[in-house]
Amino acid sequence: MEIIGQIFLLIGSFSLMTAAVGLLRMPDVYNRVQTGTKASTLGAIMSFIGLAFMTYENWGEVNWVGRFLVLVIFILITNPVSSHVLMRAAYAMKIPLSKLTVVDKLKEDINNKVLEEPKDE
Amino acid sequence: MGNIVIYISITMLILTLLAGLIRFVKGPSIVDRVVGFDSMTITSLVMIGVIAYLSNRAIYLDVAVVYGLLSFLGVIIVAKYIQGGL
Amino acid sequence: MKTKNIFISFLVLLIGWFLLTWTLDMKSVLIGIGLTGMLAILFCGSCTIFSEIKLTPKAFAYTFIYLIVFMGELVKANIDVTRRVLSPSLPINPGIVKVETRLKSKMARLILANSITLTPGTFTLEVHDDAFYIHWIDVKHAEEAQATEDLVRKFEKILEEMYG
Repeated sequence: MEIIGQIFLLIGSFSLMTAAVGLLRMPDVYNRVQTGTKASTLGAIMSFIGLAFMTYENWGEVNWVGRFLVLVIFILITNPVSSHVLMRAAYAMKIPLSKLTVVDKLKEDINNKVLEEPKDE
Repeated sequence: MGNIVIYISITMLILTLLAGLIRFVKGPSIVDRVVGFDSMTITSLVMIGVIAYLSNRAIYLDVAVVYGLLSFLGVIIVAKYIQGGL
Repeated sequence: MKTKNIFISFLVLLIGWFLLTWTLDMKSVLIGIGLTGMLAILFCGSCTIFSEIKLTPKAFAYTFIYLIVFMGELVKANIDVTRRVLSPSLPINPGIVKVETRLKSKMARLILANSITLTPGTFTLEVHDDAFYIHWIDVKHAEEAQATEDLVRKFEKILEEMYG
């Protein structure tokens, strides 16, 4: 039980670290949001699951599992929302996409008047 | 054995915090800074979990829950402010 | 329809209460039921988003399958992104593609968009009518039909069963 927890914790913190590396290396905001805030979601969830396994001796007396579960569900619900809002804000600010970008359908559709620019509702 | 794993993961978490801090200081645009801050927040949530495990107090996790809630609100409000809706 | 909204939000809140208190003590359970019931009645009469949930065994089974499929995708995509980030040449190929969804119900669309966002590498940037604009870190197909096939179908099949 303890070993499983430790493995999960290691994988989780490694995943968090790769997210940080992505945060430093990526060329533009959009890719940074991609790697930075979302690879860290799985990292945080894995770490919490691992910690919940590691505390199995005290499951009967103290509420470890419930709190960890609340944290996991909470991160799963809030993280996509906050990163989506950030990305939309970046697009509304017209921060340019990096030179590596191959296609931008949203811009084509805005230019073709299929839909208006994303702005505040 | 158990302690070594904990130390390794704490080291990785601190490196993650540092990377977030670098992005927070350096970031060319405001969204970069917010992303760095968000990443730091999630890392510190995990850190609070590790500290709660080390000191064997489940009550610390409540701090993590409330901190996560506040950081979510903070990110949303900053994004709203950037878009000019506040 | 209003009772169903209230009932489902009551259930969700009550599960939260049990997770946080973690006890089956009579007094605590009664307080929890009273509080969550009151909150649901006061505030969730108009939470129309809950009214699309089906409370049938089939829907529950598909929810379970969906969770498993989603977790698999999450892990797979994470490994992929990790490989991209750590390799020295940074093999990314980003772009914004457009996909169409067949789903009509609001809740199913919410879950679909959030699943796409949570899977690293893809990101729902904007939603307009039936079209999702997705920022993709490694564009394989720029055309709409192919991208839809790649990104949306695997989640959509199960969500169609869940919400109709």
